[in-house]
Amino acid sequence: MNADLIISILSIALVAGTSLVFATIGEIITERSGILNLGVEGIMIMGAVIGFAAAFHSESAWIGVVVAMLVGGLLGFVHAFLTITLRAEQVVTGLALTIMGTGLASFLGQELGPEGGALVGLTGPRFTEISIPILSEIPIIGPIVFNQDILVYLMYVVVIAATYFLYHTRSGLHLRAIGESPQTADAMGVDVFRLRYLYTIVGGMLIGLGGAHLSLAYTPGWSENLTGGRGWIVIALVIFASWNPWRAVVGALLFGGVNAIQFRMQASSTDIAIPATLLNMMPYLLTVVIAVLTTWMQRFNKLIGAPAALGLPYNREERH
Amino acid sequence: MIHLKFEKRLEQSRYSFVGVLVLSIVLALLFGALLLAYAGANPFVAYAEMAKSAFYSDWKETLVKATPLIFTGLSVTVAFRMRFWNIGAEGQLVVGGLAAAGAALFLPEIVTLPESPWVWIPIMMTASILAGALWALIPALLKAFLGVNEIITTLMFNYIAIFYYQFLYTDAWKDPAGRGFPGSARIPSFTKLPRFTGRVHLGIVIAVIAAILIWVIMSKTRQGYEFRLIGENPTAARYAGVNLFRNIILVMILSGGMAGLAGFSEISGVSFKLQQGLAVGYGFTGIIVAWLARLNPFGVILVALLLAGLLVGGDELQMSMQLPAAVGEVLQGMILLFVLGADIFTRYRLRVVQPPVALTSGD
Repeated sequence: MNADLIISILSIALVAGTSLVFATIGEIITERSGILNLGVEGIMIMGAVIGFAAAFHSESAWIGVVVAMLVGGLLGFVHAFLTITLRAEQVVTGLALTIMGTGLASFLGQELGPEGGALVGLTGPRFTEISIPILSEIPIIGPIVFNQDILVYLMYVVVIAATYFLYHTRSGLHLRAIGESPQTADAMGVDVFRLRYLYTIVGGMLIGLGGAHLSLAYTPGWSENLTGGRGWIVIALVIFASWNPWRAVVGALLFGGVNAIQFRMQASSTDIAIPATLLNMMPYLLTVVIAVLTTWMQRFNKLIGAPAALGLPYNREERH
Repeated sequence: MIHLKFEKRLEQSRYSFVGVLVLSIVLALLFGALLLAYAGANPFVAYAEMAKSAFYSDWKETLVKATPLIFTGLSVTVAFRMRFWNIGAEGQLVVGGLAAAGAALFLPEIVTLPESPWVWIPIMMTASILAGALWALIPALLKAFLGVNEIITTLMFNYIAIFYYQFLYTDAWKDPAGRGFPGSARIPSFTKLPRFTGRVHLGIVIAVIAAILIWVIMSKTRQGYEFRLIGENPTAARYAGVNLFRNIILVMILSGGMAGLAGFSEISGVSFKLQQGLAVGYGFTGIIVAWLARLNPFGVILVALLLAGLLVGGDELQMSMQLPAAVGEVLQGMILLFVLGADIFTRYRLRVVQPPVALTSGD
């Protein structure tokens, strides 16, 4: 194994994992507030298709990113309205968002192109690699970490900001409180309902951003089923990460790495004869293995588990 | 100022949910009309085409598509009644289909049995029930022993099953006489479900029998009572000494078996071989079916017919009006979202609360 190959695999791992990091941190923020949003897959794919369409028509990848985040925020709002105000079952509402989002994305993919045509196969604006002077010349680390598209750099910022926010600010404390014990937070004067709305919307925006990274940087363009279940892997990554942004990066890199290796093996399929269909299973098998291992560790090593009030509706007038 | 407030109803309104469902369908159709108009079609014409196709000219196809939806709807119903989130009906359907196809393709070479559907249909049904149940059993055991989140495991098992099935029909079980086209060999004629008219096959009768069976199990047996108790009041279930471990295993065997039967009926009644098109989302649509039917087995039959009609209508839109077939899926998702949102009115009533200020003011 030469150094170039390792650098290339790790570099792909990072860019492949970026959309997962955005979405996982978004879902962590939402789940920390006590709301379980299983609509990640639907929100990601909507962000991907509308983000790409907006970028294509405006000829600006940045506008694509902004629109994708707005769409994500809107879908987050729908989830919040249904589960917080109308007290709908959180699990089923999230599933409904995913089913609806997947169908709608498929519809829009055939309608949002030029003159009402399809988006499939079009090339639009995209984010390309920008190498940062000096830093990108650090051996090994430089070409991996500092020679990426700008959304990867934005991802570094989001990870640091989310960590700082959660553990070092008063608002972060409130966020954690409403997910652990909404009654206590409410008694302390924290507006549980408003904050749960806010963080479900913010989470949705980050998930939408994750989708935009797929269609504007990692695999530029739109194709049916672009997300390929990444939204569900995100749900598993949140558990793997123990609801901690830093651990989310580790998990996302692991999945990005599997993607990169898969990519490599398919490209050079001459020496190892594993059918592509079986290779494609790898990320999903890995997710199961990781879910099992993390749960095991959380049980026996007393790792931090899920927020205590996750998935439970909060209603002032009813006891829990 | 007027305040609106949700007040809990003492008894759930029994008929309001029919109203909720009808209202949700109307709202979803309105939303869909916007999409159709955007796509450059006249929504009235498009909906008329959909309805005509689904319930008049292609009513047989609606029955064909309703068959697997009844099975997956029942599968989800059983698990969701216990608040066990089995999202894996799609994968359980696929392994059920694999088992049925495998039994039909390879068993006749190994064992010599009379070549009669009376022998082979039950064998294939058993194989698919076992396969679906086994596939569901792994997440069930992981949940029961370790507490691994079943949403994640059942979902990932969908992908694993689907890729394995793709591997089989494009590689391991690919028909050597198939001139390079992906797909297995055809199953022998004695392993096919008899057809009534068009592609409508005996599977729909089996599905209705299954619904009756599930109703009996859920409503008339102690086991069904335990499933429901765990779902409705886990604390009470624990105090009553209900064995959660045992119930998780049993509910998933039942749920996986039902989804497995959906795969059987697709192979033995519709496609007659393994090929692309077994995993087209019936497992996921089963979630919508179950929830819209309020987890009632008989409701599942009716809702399955309705949603099958939407699928058939969506296909018709694509064929005759060149509109995306995804309209059918979007409508399904929207109906579910509206039902979820409107559901609160069956459990709560909206009261206008007058602030008490008026009483104290002295004018």
